[in-house]
Amino acid sequence: MQTADERPAAQASETRSANRQTLIELRGLTKRYGDFTANDGIDLRLHEGEIHAILGENGAGKSTLMKMIYGVLTPDAGQIVWRGQTVALRNPAHARDMGIGMVFQHFSLFESLTVAENIALAVPETVPVLRARVREVGERFGLPVDPDALVHALSMGLRQRVEIIRCLLQEPRLIILDEPTSVLPPSAVPALFETVRRLADGGCAVLFISHKLEEIRSLCHAATVMRAGRVVATVDPTVETAEGLARLMIGRDIPHPRRAPARPTAAPGLSVRKLSVAPDDPFTPALTEIDLEVRPGEILGIAGISGNGQRQLAAVLSGEQTLPAAQAGMVTLLGKSVASLGAGARRRMRLAFVPEDRNGRATVPEMSLEENGLLTAHDKGLVGRNLIRRDKVAEFADACIAQMDVRCRGRLSEARSLSGGNLQKFIIGRELALAPRILIAAQPTWGVDIGAAQAIRQKLIDLRDTGVGIILISDELEELLDTADRLQVMFRGRLSPAFPREAATDALIGACMAGDFSGIPDSKDNPADKEARA
Amino acid sequence: MRLPFTVQPRTERMRYGNLLPPAIAVSVTVLASVLILSRLDVSPGRALYFLYLAPFSSKFNIGEIILKAAPLLLIAQALAIGFRARVWNIGAEGQLILGAIGGSLLPIWFNGTTNPLILPGMIVMGALTGMGWAAIAAVLRVRFNANEILVTLMLNSIALQLLYYLVGGPLRDPMGFNFPQSALFPPAAMLPNLIPGTRANIAIFLGLFVSIAALVFMERSLPGFRLRVGGSAPDAARYAGFSDRRTIWISLLLGGLAAGMAGVFEVAGPLGQLQRVVTPGYGFAAITVAFLGGLRPLGIVASAFFMAVIYVGGDIAQTSASVPYSVNTILQGLLLIAYLCARVFTDYRVRWKSPTLRKTETA
Repeated sequence: MQTADERPAAQASETRSANRQTLIELRGLTKRYGDFTANDGIDLRLHEGEIHAILGENGAGKSTLMKMIYGVLTPDAGQIVWRGQTVALRNPAHARDMGIGMVFQHFSLFESLTVAENIALAVPETVPVLRARVREVGERFGLPVDPDALVHALSMGLRQRVEIIRCLLQEPRLIILDEPTSVLPPSAVPALFETVRRLADGGCAVLFISHKLEEIRSLCHAATVMRAGRVVATVDPTVETAEGLARLMIGRDIPHPRRAPARPTAAPGLSVRKLSVAPDDPFTPALTEIDLEVRPGEILGIAGISGNGQRQLAAVLSGEQTLPAAQAGMVTLLGKSVASLGAGARRRMRLAFVPEDRNGRATVPEMSLEENGLLTAHDKGLVGRNLIRRDKVAEFADACIAQMDVRCRGRLSEARSLSGGNLQKFIIGRELALAPRILIAAQPTWGVDIGAAQAIRQKLIDLRDTGVGIILISDELEELLDTADRLQVMFRGRLSPAFPREAATDALIGACMAGDFSGIPDSKDNPADKEARA
Repeated sequence: MRLPFTVQPRTERMRYGNLLPPAIAVSVTVLASVLILSRLDVSPGRALYFLYLAPFSSKFNIGEIILKAAPLLLIAQALAIGFRARVWNIGAEGQLILGAIGGSLLPIWFNGTTNPLILPGMIVMGALTGMGWAAIAAVLRVRFNANEILVTLMLNSIALQLLYYLVGGPLRDPMGFNFPQSALFPPAAMLPNLIPGTRANIAIFLGLFVSIAALVFMERSLPGFRLRVGGSAPDAARYAGFSDRRTIWISLLLGGLAAGMAGVFEVAGPLGQLQRVVTPGYGFAAITVAFLGGLRPLGIVASAFFMAVIYVGGDIAQTSASVPYSVNTILQGLLLIAYLCARVFTDYRVRWKSPTLRKTETA
C-alpha cells in the first residue's frame, strides 16, 4: 500500500509505462451486429496502476467494448491478452474470477437490504465477516460506509461506494467504472477521484468511461478516444485541451446553441404553489412545498441529481398524477386550476410533455411509429368520428420522422426497434407538432448523441422564442446552462428558489445539489417571489 | 430456489410466431384425445372419426357445429377485446346465465303473444341483464380496486344459484308438474331456423357480424386503440391521458353484453324455455377460444369453429362410444393449457446456465 501520488499525472503516466507490466491488451477487437459494426478493430493497451479513460459519444461503441472485456459479449474477431496470455472470456463470472471487476452506471442493489447483506449476495462470505471487511476496505480506499445501513436510506454517492466496495472485495486487478460521476453531485466527485487514485497506486488498473472532458483531464493518465466504433486517437489527456478532446470525440467543433435573451410575457404559464405530495414509492422523497412558475417565452431549468423527486414532479405537472380536490388550486395552467385534471385534459389545453422514459411511457414499444404518433396527437385531426384516419396518421408520422431526421426503416417500424436517441427525436417531433403553449421536457437528451442533443436544445430555444413556456428537467448542468433562462435545483423533494442563469456558478449549483440553498441571490426579476410578496 | 436454467424473452419475433402456438395446441389436443379415448377402449381410428370427422358427416351435425360456434364466437370476440386491455373477465358464464334469465322474462310473462317485437325485446333485456351482472365487477374494480378475476369468477356461482332459485320458484311453469323449468316459449319468441332439418339458427350471423365489428373496433377506432395501449403499456396510457376506468368499464360491459345475448340465443334457440342448465360451459370455453385465436378477431373465427367441432364430436363420442361427458371438459382444458405452454416457448427462450455461472451464483 502506497501513499497518494503527488506527482503530475502525465509524468506519472510515463513512469508507469516504463516500470509496470502490461495488464491487458486488446488486439483488433471487432464486434458486429448484422451489417452494423459496433467495434471495428479496437487496439488498447493498459498497464498495472494506470487510469485509462475511454472517451466517446453515446453510440461510439464504448459499452460494446466494455461488455467484451467483462465477458458479456464475445468478440467476432481479435484477441484479448490478459497478463501475457490470450483468453476467451466466457461470461462475467469468468471475468471476475480472472480479476476484472465492473461498476455499472445503474446500480444493482436491493433497497430493502443492508449494505453487508447486499454484498453477501455477490461475495461468498457470511454477513458478519463481510461487515468487518466492508469497514476495512472502506478505510483503506477512502470509502467509508456503514455496513449495517439500509440501502434505501443511502445517497447515490454512498450507493456507488457500496458498488465499488463490492467490486473491490473480489480483489480485481482491473476495474471498469462506467460513467461513475453521472450519478454524483459535483461535491462528491473529488472523493471518488481520490479513491480511484488510491486504487491505481495499489497497482489496480482502472478503465474510466466518461464523456466529461474536464474530469478525464484531471484524473486519467491516458485516454482512448472512440468514434463510430473505431479508436480515433490515444492521447495524454493532461496535455490536450478540453476543446481538442471534444473535437477528437465528435470529429468537429462542438456547436453551441444560438440564443437571444428571453422575453417572457406577463401572461400566466404553468405554476405550482406550496405543493406537497406524498411519494408514490417508499424509496423516493416526498415533494415538499414546491414553488415554481414558468411564463410563456422562457425556459425554466430544474437541476439536480436524478432521484430527488423530479420524476414525481413531472408526473404532477403533466397530469399523469392528479391531486385530490383539497389541493385543487395548487397547479395552474394558463390561469386555470388544473390539479385535478388528467393528462388528456391538460394536453387539450396545449400542455405537451416529453417524459424521460421513452419505451413504455412516451411510446408503446410494440406499436409502430404511426400508432405511437396517434398516442398524443389523436386530437390533431387524425381521428374522425372515433375512426382512425389512416392517411392522416401516416402523414403525421412521416412529418415527425422527416422533421427530426429520425433514422428508422419507416413509419411502420416498431418503437422498440429504434435506438434510444432516434426514438427520442421522434417523440420530440411528435410533441412539437402538437403546437404546445407549455412544454415540459424531462431529460430530453439522455442517450442522444452530441449532434442531435444540440439540435434538440436549439429546438427548445427556438420554441421559446415563439412564446412557448418550457420546463426543462435535466441532470446535465451544461445542458441547463446552455438552454435555460432561470434555474431551480431539486434536492430530496424540495425545490430551491429560482435564480437567473447568469448567477449560476458551479459552486452555487453544487451547494444547491447538496441541499444548501442559502447562497441563492434574492433576485428581483423572479416572478415567483414577486407574486409571493404581493 | 435457484434453477439450472433461465427464461429470457425472445428479442426477435419468430416467423409464423403467431400461428405456431395454436397449431401446436390443436395437435397436442388431437393427440391427447386419441390417447384418452384409447384408454377408454375406443380404437384410435374410431376416436379420430367420432371426434373430428363425424361432426361433418351429416347435415344435422354440421348444423350443430354452427349452432355451437355462434355463442362461442360472440362471447370470445368480446372477451378478447377486454383481454387485450388486460381486463380479465372470467365471468362470461355467469353473464350468459343472467342474459338467459333476462331474455326469458318477456316470453314467460307474455306467454301467448304473437307480437314479432318480442324477440328484439328479449335480446335487449338479455343484453342489459348480462351487462348489469358484469357491471358489478366493474364497480367493485373501479371503486375498491377489487380484482376482477376473482369477482367475475365468484359471480358465476351466484348467477347459477340465482337461476336455480328462479326456475324452481318464481319463473317455474305452473303447469309443468313441478319440474324446475319455465313454460315453453311461444313461436314468436324463438329464433328463426337457418337450415331446415337442423337446429342451426341465425345467431351465427350475429357472431360473424360481431367479428367484423371487433376487427374494426380494435384496429381502426380510437376507443379500441386506447384499450390496446392500456393493455400493452399502462404507463403510456396514463401519459396519453387514456382513462383506465373507461377501459375497465368498456371491457367488462362488452363481455356482459355479448354473453347476455348469447344467453338469450340459447333459451330462444335450442332450449325454447328457461332450464336449470342453459349453457354447456360456453362462457368458459370462450376464454379458450379467445386465446387460441390469438385474441385477434380473424383467429377467433377459426378457433370458435374448432371448439364447436370438439363440442359436437364429444357429444357424438358420448352417444356412439359411451365415452363420459367429462372427456369434453378435459379436451377443452388441454387445449388452453397446451396453447399457453406453446405461447411461453414462442415468446421466451429457455437457456441452460453454464456450469461456471452456476457455481458462483450458488456460492
